[in-house]
Parts: sequence; C-alpha cells; structure tokens
Amino acid sequence: MKPRHRRLGIAAGVIATIGAATALVLNAFQSNLVFFYSPSQIAAGQVPAGRTFRVGGLVAVGSVKRDGLAVGFVVTDTATSVPVRYQGVLPDLFKEGKGVVAQGRWRDGMFEASQVLAKHDENYMPPEAAEALRRAAQSRGPAAPFTEPGR
Amino acid sequence: MIPELGHFLLWLALGVALVLGILPLAGAARSRAAWMALARPAAYLLFVLVALSFACLTASFVRHDFSVLYVASHSNSALPLPYRVAAVWGGHEGSLLLWLLMLCAWMVAVARFSRHLPLPVLARTLAVMGLVGVGFLLFTLTTSNPFERLFPASADGQDLNPLLQDPGMVFHPPLLYMGYVGFSVAFAFAIAALIGGNLDATWARWTRPWTSVAWMFLTLGIALGSWWAYYELGWGGWWFWDPVENASFMPWLTGTALIHSLAVTEKRGSFKSWTALLAILAFSLSLLGTFLVRSGVLSSVHAFATDPRRGLFILAFLTVTVGASLALYAWRAPRVGLGARFALVSRESMLLCNNVLLLAAAGAVLLGTLYPLMLDALALGKISVGPPYFESVFMPLMSLTVFLMGIGPLARWKQAELPDLARRLRWAAGVAIAVALAAGSLAGRVSLVATLGLWMAFWIAASLATDLWETVWPAGGALAELPHRLAQVPRARWGMMLAHLGVAFFCFGVVMVKTYELERDVKMELGDSTTVGGYTFVFKGVREAAGPNYTALQGLIEIRRGDRRLPDMRPEKRVYRVQQNPMTEAAIATGLTRDLYVSLGEPVGGGAWIVRVYVKPFIDWIWGGCLMMALGGLLAASDRRYRARRRSEQVEPAALAPGTSA
Repeated sequence: MKPRHRRLGIAAGVIATIGAATALVLNAFQSNLVFFYSPSQIAAGQVPAGRTFRVGGLVAVGSVKRDGLAVGFVVTDTATSVPVRYQGVLPDLFKEGKGVVAQGRWRDGMFEASQVLAKHDENYMPPEAAEALRRAAQSRGPAAPFTEPGR
Repeated sequence: MIPELGHFLLWLALGVALVLGILPLAGAARSRAAWMALARPAAYLLFVLVALSFACLTASFVRHDFSVLYVASHSNSALPLPYRVAAVWGGHEGSLLLWLLMLCAWMVAVARFSRHLPLPVLARTLAVMGLVGVGFLLFTLTTSNPFERLFPASADGQDLNPLLQDPGMVFHPPLLYMGYVGFSVAFAFAIAALIGGNLDATWARWTRPWTSVAWMFLTLGIALGSWWAYYELGWGGWWFWDPVENASFMPWLTGTALIHSLAVTEKRGSFKSWTALLAILAFSLSLLGTFLVRSGVLSSVHAFATDPRRGLFILAFLTVTVGASLALYAWRAPRVGLGARFALVSRESMLLCNNVLLLAAAGAVLLGTLYPLMLDALALGKISVGPPYFESVFMPLMSLTVFLMGIGPLARWKQAELPDLARRLRWAAGVAIAVALAAGSLAGRVSLVATLGLWMAFWIAASLATDLWETVWPAGGALAELPHRLAQVPRARWGMMLAHLGVAFFCFGVVMVKTYELERDVKMELGDSTTVGGYTFVFKGVREAAGPNYTALQGLIEIRRGDRRLPDMRPEKRVYRVQQNPMTEAAIATGLTRDLYVSLGEPVGGGAWIVRVYVKPFIDWIWGGCLMMALGGLLAASDRRYRARRRSEQVEPAALAPGTSA
C-alpha cells in the first residue's frame, strides 16, 4: 500500500468510527430523555401517553398510605394534585409536606412510579419540585406572591 | 486570630503565585537564568504558605471555632475529631483550599523530582502551574473565603451532612483531588513544551510518569467514591451516572486516552500534537468537574443567580484557561510536524482507536451531563438523562475498546499483520468463549449479553497470558532461560499487564452483578424469614442504639445457609441529632464470591419493618479491578527508564534559544 492510501485509510477509519459513535450516542440520547411535568400539566392532559416522565411537587400532608410493600401518596404543586402509586422502600428523606420527585408512567388516572427520589438534605428542594411550585404560583398570578420553600 | 492569619497567608500566597507565574516565564523567553531560577524556591514557598493556611482552617475546625462561618455551617461540638478534620473539605470553600494545597504539593513534587529537566522547561512548567494557582487563589479570596467570620459567633455548629460522616469522606476527596490536580502537571508540561516548541519524545518521557501517577490517584478516588456510595446510600448501587460521578469520570476517560497516546509519542514520536491536546483536555475537564461539583450548579442552575460572582468567575476562569491553551495550541501545534509513519494495522492504529473510543465515551458523558443543565439555564424546560442512556452508549463503545485491548498489546509497532495476529490469538479467543459459557452455566443461567460480557473479561486475561507466554518463552527458547526472561520484562510492561488484568476483573464483576444479582423488598415481622439465593434471612427485631452524635434503631438479622449459621447482620436507621435527618446504614457481609446486603426500609406498624435484601455476586471484584488498575499505573510510573539515564537525555539549552520561544 502506498503511504498516501494508508493515511487515507486511517483517516476514513477514524471518521467512520467517530460517525458511528456519534450516531449511537445521539440515538440513545433521544430515546432516553426523561421529561419533567408538573401536576397541573398532567391534569391539563399535556403528558404523552405511555412515555416515562418525572413529576415533582410536595407530598400532600396526610396522603401517605402504606399497605405492606405498596404505598400510595399524593403529589401537589399547590394548585393541582395527582395520586401516585409505588412499590417498595421510600428514600430516607421522603416526608409529608416535603419536596419529592417521582419517575414513572401515567396509567388509569394514576401515576405509577418506578422510582421515588428525595434529596439528601432537609433544606434542599429537588429542582423539579421547586419548578412545579413556581409554575403553579405563576399561573395563579401576581396576587399570590410565592417564595420557594426551603430556600 | 488564627482565621485572620490563615486569610493573610492566602493573600501572601497570591503574591508569591503571581511572581511564580510571571517571572520564570518571562525569564525563559528572555533567557535570564536568574529569573528562571526563581521558579523552584517560589514553588516551595507557595506550598508552605498554602499548607499553613490550610492548617489554620483545620485548627479552627479542631478547636470548634464557631465564630468562623464555614466552621459553624459544617461542624458541630459533638462531631468526632476525624470528621472535624474531614469537614475542612466538606463544603465549597474548604474544597477549593484543598484543591490549592494539592496543586502546591504537585508543584513541590515537580520541583523536587525534576532536577534533570532543562531549566527553561522546569521554569515554564512551574510557572504555568503557578498561574493556575493564581486563578484558584483569586477565586477563593474574592468569592469563597473560608475564613469569613460570623458575628455574633454561633453557639454551636450546624453539623456536617450525616452522609459525609464516614471514613470515605476522610480519604475520597483528597484522593480524587490528587488525581484531578495531578493532570495539571501533564497540562503544564504540554503548555511549556508548546511555548518552547520542543514537543518531542523526551517531553513525552517527562510527562508519562506524572500522568500515570495522577491517573492512579484519580482511579483510586473514583473507586473509593463508588464503594462509599455502595455501602452508604443504602440501596446497593455502585454507580449511578450522577452528574457528580460523571464529573470525575470524564477526566478519567480522557486521562486514560492520554496515557495511551503518551506511549505512542514516547516510543514512536507520533501523535505529538494530539497528545498535547489530550493533556489540555484532561485538565480542562478536571477543572470543569471541580466547578460542576463545587459551584452548586448541579443542585440548581439558579444557584448562579443567587451568587452571580461565583458563577461568573468560574465561567471566566474556564474560558481563559481553556481558551488560552487552545489558542496557544492552534498557534504552535502545526509546527510540530508528524512523527514516524505507521500502517493501517499496527500498535499505533490500535492505540488511535483506543483514543477515539475513549474520547467518544467522554463526549457522550459530557453531553448527558451538560445538556440538561443548559436547557434548564436557558429556561427551555427540565429534563433528566438517566442510566439507560449512559448504559446504552457505554455497552457498545466499551465492548469494542475491550476487544481491541486484547489485540493491541500483541500488535507490533509500525506494522502488524492481521493473519499473524489471528493465529497468535486464536487460543485466547477460544478459551475465553469456553470459560465464559462455563461460568454462565455455573451461575445458573446462560444469556447472550452476559456471555458476551464474560467473554470480554476472559478475553483480556487470555490475551495477556498469551502476551506474557510469548515474551518469556518465545518459539525455540529454552526453559532454562525463563527466569532470566521474566526478570527482563520491564516494570512498565508489568504495570500495563496488571492494569489490563484489572479491567478484566472489573468487567467480570460488573457482568456478574448486573446479570445474577438478586434483590427483594419484604415486609418482615418478628421471627419472619425470607430466602434469597440460598441464604435465609431471619428478622429478630429492632433495638435502640446510640452513637456519639446520633441515635439509631438497629435491626438484628440472622443469616443461615443450609444448616450453617453465618455471622448476624445489624442494619441501622440513624437519626443525627443536629440535622434530624434519618439515614439508612446498610449491613454488608462481604465475601470473595458474593456480598450479602441488608438495609432497613421503614417501620410499618406492629414491630414489622420493610427490609431490603440483596445478594450481589462478585461485586467486590469491581473495586478490586480498580485497585489493580491503580497499582498498574504506579508500577508503570516507577519503571527504571524514568529514573535512569537522566544525564544523557538532557536537551541542550541551545535548542531552546529565544528564536523558538514565545
């Protein structure tokens, strides 16, 4: 092989590898993005059916009901609430009246969570939960000024 | 007085760092030996100042000086001494100080162990590190002063986050930072070489051991962090693709690419400008990682809005550092010239593939980490990118990398023949398949993905064995020469083999855990039992226990395997008194072939608890593999050729005459 051909071959190989890797990465990226919706958006029917997404807000006080491994609670953004169902152990910082983020699907008027996240600091509001509260407060208009709890 | 003294020392350090960053560089440009000779003493002095300042902060923690804001917010009078010391790096300000201390320690190491370096190279290298130090000192002093006083003084502190009260906190951050900051040496060498125009094999030889040692620290730091998360977070994962982890993983991937491309530059003189670019990239990603984790941008991009000075400084510092080095690179690199030619199939091309794949992986991690932040910052909505993304990207990329890893070390430099490689490796490939199938059926289930993964692990091991065999017992060699040939294998080669074998162990552990792990959440009343993977767990109730600064509910679980009774396990649910957060402390029975992992969920009334039980086969092999990689790096860095022949490799100062310098 002539040196020129050889170099061309190496360049082509590198470009092909980079191209394939990029395609792979972008494809995986596209199909694994998890979007966030607030309880109000869910109530307004903005959630695509059958897709995994995240919902965030506060755990409504008095809403947690445990039955063996199954647990049900209500997530609220102070304007709207959605019921959530979950199987298994809740994180340490899961508490009524505190921020929470759940990941899962919407099914039969209920959010089926595959994962419940609460962050490891009592003062720290999960960003998604804070966002849901902010949006709800905004939609109520300036009449009800709202500060993010925990900040 | 002590905090003021520490603050004052930092200002002095800034002055020294400015001198170190400017004079030697100017001296190298103008060939003034006296200015260049300043570099070494200035580096020593800078270290002493920063170390004393660090000692002042530590003293404030040890003495419970709650009139210091940083101490009051990260410590408490009931906090045990080791954690008070570790609390120094428990927050943003102290971590920056630790970063600085590490930087100075690396500077001293360079000044001390590079006596054979030509003066201009040493002067430029230390000056570049000094400039990095200037940036960090300015950042600390203007936006993140750890010595800020609190008026009136707080009666007691707010305590260290309970999650951080663990031996992991004592060792993990320093190790990680040693790695992060260690890449500054490779970076400084690259910048110095770019300025001086002597980007050559000698430069690669100087850089290599430093890079290997930094990489070793980073590997240890990441592994320790992963192990810590495993036993501390209470749900048994060992890697979460969390932005904080990704921040340390990106420099690791780039650094791994760098050590491999340095090998080519040293041995063959090729890839020179590529290697320099990698050195710049690795350090830039280290900086990015430090800031991502420490600026608070991860918990909320709006943290930037609450303290815009920090955010702006970080962005400016990153832009200046990365921009200036890339500009210098663009200006200087085209003059470097190409090294020796190599064929389409050769060790060079294999290492090139390794580099491309590792960088693609780093790019994928970067995308997955930064994209959600960008969207959020631009108010385009909130998204998250979870483990499925990273896993679906890493599986194919790493499979290819590991496959080539089995071939690369056996390929000859410059030109190798595919048929020859296939012939030499046919046994290794066959044996690996057989063993992978056997291992799968022993574990109880043969699946395609698991077999592929296991094959990877055994393929590396078998190809290493082939490599070693060919080296110590070449065709026609005599058995009697074997010990002699073994002794002849250089330490760098042993290091490479050990590190690669570590990857094999790592892969094996990952595949076994991913495929054969058993998990069960059960509601248990007193005396209830559950059997997972042949182990019977009997719940014997919960009692109260007290620690120095927490109270705990401690569960008692009896373990049986068949008729044999294993030691009891005692998982805890702790409540730390100051912050009043509950925290799960899992109980783990570690074994060579499996871990038993039990954690308490929550009480469900009537003395019953939800208990989470795992059986994790071979999980400790993951960290064992990392340890082997790190040891391999250390072994390679200690090779004789980096210590011997110092005199002979000295570059004549004439080659660095003013004409070639900036």
